[in-house]
Amino acid sequence: MDRLVLLVSTGVARGLVIALFALSLVIIWRAARIVNFGQAAMAVVAVYVAFAVHAATGSYVLAVLGALVTGALLGLAVERGLMRRVPGATPMPGMIVAIGLVMVLQSLLGVLFGPRHRPMSPVFSQSPLYVGDVPVLSRYDLFVLVVALVVVVGLGLLFNRSTLGLQLRAAAVAPEVSRLLGVRVPRMVTIGWMLSSAVAALAVLLLVPTELGLNAHSADVLFVHAFTVAVLGGLDSPAGALVGGLVVGVLISLVTGYASAGLAPLAVLGLLTTVLLVRPGGIFATKEARTA
Amino acid sequence: MRNHATTPTPRRAPGRAPRPPAVRAAAAASAGVVGLALTACSSPAAATPGIDDETVTVGTHQPLTGPAAAGFASISAATSAYFEHVNANGGINGRTIEYVVKDDGYNPATTQTVVRELVQEDEVFAMLNGLGTPTHSSVLDYLDQNGVPDLFVASGSTTWNQPEEYPNTFGFNVDYVVEGAALGQYAADQDPGAVVCVLGQDDDFGETFLQGVELALGADGVATYQTYSTSNEDVTAQIGAMRKAGCEINLLATINGFTAMSLGTAAKMGWFPQWYASSSGGDYPTLVEFLGEDVGPKLLDGFVSANYLPNSPGSDWYELFQQINDEHNAGAPFDGNTVYGMSVGYLFAEALAKAGEDPTRESLVEAVESGELAGNGILPLSFGPDDHAAYDGVGIAVVSGGVQDFVDATYRVDGDTVEAVEPEPVPLEDDGVPTSD
Amino acid sequence: MTRTTARNGARSSTRTIVLRAIMLTVLALAATFALDPFRNYQLAVVAATFCATAGLTLLVGLTGQLSLGHGVLMAAGGYGYALVAGPAADAGLGGVGRFALGIAGALVLSAVVGGLLGLAGARLRGPYLAGLTLALVIALPAVATQVPGLGKDQGLGVPFEAVPAPLAGVMVVEQWHAWIAIVVAAVAVTPLVVLRSGPAGLRMRATHGDEVAARLAGISPARVKVTAFVASSVSAGLGGAVLAVVAQNVGPGRYSLAFSLLLLVAVVVGGLGSVGGAAVGAALVVLLPWLVDTVVSGAGMPADLEQRLSGNLAVAVFGALLVAVTVAWPGGLAGATAGPRARLARRRRPAPAPVLDPDTDPAQEPTSDPQPLTER
Repeated sequence: MDRLVLLVSTGVARGLVIALFALSLVIIWRAARIVNFGQAAMAVVAVYVAFAVHAATGSYVLAVLGALVTGALLGLAVERGLMRRVPGATPMPGMIVAIGLVMVLQSLLGVLFGPRHRPMSPVFSQSPLYVGDVPVLSRYDLFVLVVALVVVVGLGLLFNRSTLGLQLRAAAVAPEVSRLLGVRVPRMVTIGWMLSSAVAALAVLLLVPTELGLNAHSADVLFVHAFTVAVLGGLDSPAGALVGGLVVGVLISLVTGYASAGLAPLAVLGLLTTVLLVRPGGIFATKEARTA
Repeated sequence: MRNHATTPTPRRAPGRAPRPPAVRAAAAASAGVVGLALTACSSPAAATPGIDDETVTVGTHQPLTGPAAAGFASISAATSAYFEHVNANGGINGRTIEYVVKDDGYNPATTQTVVRELVQEDEVFAMLNGLGTPTHSSVLDYLDQNGVPDLFVASGSTTWNQPEEYPNTFGFNVDYVVEGAALGQYAADQDPGAVVCVLGQDDDFGETFLQGVELALGADGVATYQTYSTSNEDVTAQIGAMRKAGCEINLLATINGFTAMSLGTAAKMGWFPQWYASSSGGDYPTLVEFLGEDVGPKLLDGFVSANYLPNSPGSDWYELFQQINDEHNAGAPFDGNTVYGMSVGYLFAEALAKAGEDPTRESLVEAVESGELAGNGILPLSFGPDDHAAYDGVGIAVVSGGVQDFVDATYRVDGDTVEAVEPEPVPLEDDGVPTSD
Repeated sequence: MTRTTARNGARSSTRTIVLRAIMLTVLALAATFALDPFRNYQLAVVAATFCATAGLTLLVGLTGQLSLGHGVLMAAGGYGYALVAGPAADAGLGGVGRFALGIAGALVLSAVVGGLLGLAGARLRGPYLAGLTLALVIALPAVATQVPGLGKDQGLGVPFEAVPAPLAGVMVVEQWHAWIAIVVAAVAVTPLVVLRSGPAGLRMRATHGDEVAARLAGISPARVKVTAFVASSVSAGLGGAVLAVVAQNVGPGRYSLAFSLLLLVAVVVGGLGSVGGAAVGAALVVLLPWLVDTVVSGAGMPADLEQRLSGNLAVAVFGALLVAVTVAWPGGLAGATAGPRARLARRRRPAPAPVLDPDTDPAQEPTSDPQPLTER
């Protein structure tokens, strides 16, 4: 039982970061109908900036701000400079350009900073909080949890309760109609990109202290898990990203704990296959016609 | 005739290690045909590739990019720096050593390509210190069939020690069985009643290491065996299981990053057992870098690891290597990889010096097999006609007061027995530049 | 274009396709005599990669299904070969018999994996299929480690194919392996070209263009998609088998996500839907890293910089090419070499213009423009 508590709590902590990143993919899919394969690489660039800010000022808050701002600016640059020029009504060309972007960014980071991991110690103590005598979550995990929840709730409010959110959704679902109704569709797409990249940068910044450290490939696995999660939950569904992230996080933790680490990718593949067989548009798929 | 000149006659039948005699016979038959064909076509004047009066060219494949580069890219830089030192001191028998380093990104497919390029285009004299078990396995047959000396492979797999199958291949790292057995024995010697557990990488590394531990402690001597995968940078579940099992001494078959992560994760749980790491994941400066300057030294106090190289601060070799690192490696961070890379270079230089005034590929292999090489380890090299492993024993190093150094415990593995022995370090001579006598 | 003309074209062109394929094959075989062993090795790898890119370009270009895990299908072929040829060698079998058995193993395993993926593809749309194939390629090392008999991360050994006795006097083993690769590639790709220029290809385009309309015209999109996936997979599997023979080894390390993405780079840069473009793309992904590396190491840079550039620079070039081609040059290299007149025509008219191009595949039916990415 102790074991289960430990594994589930670990899974939740990891799953939340995955969920946050998956959420960024959902935002961009809703705004621009594109799966941004470049999300991880862009976020890593932003985190390198955050590291530089942290090194220069010693302030974690400024580092977080640095990551968010750089993330948003990168989103802006990529959308305005690149994606807007991509032809086509299908998602495929955009996805391919994004794959090209990953290659360029990762190799440039490799050239500039070399292959070494740059470790970052977390701001909060990593010593755990106990339930009974089981160490459950570290204070840092708790911090991640709170940040993730704040972001999720904030985005929920933004999309559902604000005019901007309404415009964002309208522009994504029915661009032509929205344009007629006076919504500046291109601007909405840009805002979607900026929002999405900033959230992704935050997710990677939260992830790095729990892993080996920062290098060009730090977020590769996170991206793969998050993409799986976004597909699992339904690319259109923020709730799906959240639930999917938690499910995948806990699944990986349980399989690693009770079976072996090597089986975890197979368990994720199995879960994804099963879900897609039953619901080809993901768990929280709404209208089929909107998914392609 | 370029087609033929660069492909020397295979020295023996190509065949894969684990195949039964019937296949070997079949392979031998087909190889005989190749052999005939090649002999028929080889240009007679083909001199030994990669060597002339001025230079010897050797090649290697190393991960300089991709995820594995983080842990290993500095090795070949150190080896190159050592060779520059040798060259600056007149080379070996008047020849300078040129070290061609090719990036394979730890991808066996790329390894295949770059090794063929090294052999066929760059015409290297020998391969040196090709890094990685899956990567180097994929070129083993190729190198063998082309008669290229395949020296001092950078991996502790037992695959390299098959003189019958691969007469030109020699390992460098002490194999994982020896490390597991030595660390297991040290655990038993220090604290006979302790609960011992193992955390291993989910491949050859972890499994072979576990065999070694069980050699020392018996099949039921390990309370729990946990594995991790490099693709998942989280070991909370594994460490949780070990804590639950009441482990007191944890033996690690992990690379440096995951050693640090294991210690860090356990500390987060408020758990401070003893840690014993293999030489592949027990490098103090690297671990401190991962854990951070503030907590690293605290967490690592009393940390036990195995090593077979003169990685002992203040020793002659250590100081020489530091000096070479400053002069020829632009003062790159000095850590276990630096000592490792330079030791590889030294051993090759020594083998080359012993291979005669005009070395051939055959005489180089003979020099290694002769058993006359000393190397620079803390124990004598175990190379011989029937043994292609470099070391059969390790010393135990412990971190104390921020310094990692050997303690009075050295073990050798002979067959199925682990025995405590006295270390026999090799004295430094001639500024670390080997001579032929 | 109408269905009648396409069919007539298909009937008359099948023969031409085969003839041209034979001609190209013979030319390629002859060319190996001009190459040194390392170039022949590279040629073999290019030919094997071509098997996979030809199938992928068909899948992505014609049916619009994005597979990010095509490397897995190659791996399936490689393992299929090793799992059959290995025991065959143990049983004392050699020569053509063992090779044929191995190829049969490659065909079966890659067809099964491709069929399963095709069934999934028939149900899933764009990004969802991409997600599934991505998860699959990530899981490959775990499969190799966990499934007994696949040799874990070191993979399986593959019996050595020596030069047969009658040819032993004229060639070395690298050239012989190049021959094997070229012949297998011809056998793998020619049927794809026939398929593409025939009614099946038309059905694929129809399904991609408008699934509802295709269904109304009596086409079963599901069946078309599964067919395309199996055809593409079998071809990739043959490529994987060739790589296994050349490398004497098949393992999960080769078929990483990066490799699968490179296959995609090859087909996009070559021009989606164009088999000739797939050949150019295959040559590009094999040769460019080597070329960049040669340039970098020849430039005499400081060792540290050289080490950082090595490997990274080639990836950067691939990425930039991918972006540039998609944004500025949607027809890929195949489209770009089609001649100014055709390009002009295409720009003026919304419908694809006729393209006849010696550089693209021998089966370019008159009405098939390499499908630009924007095609819907």
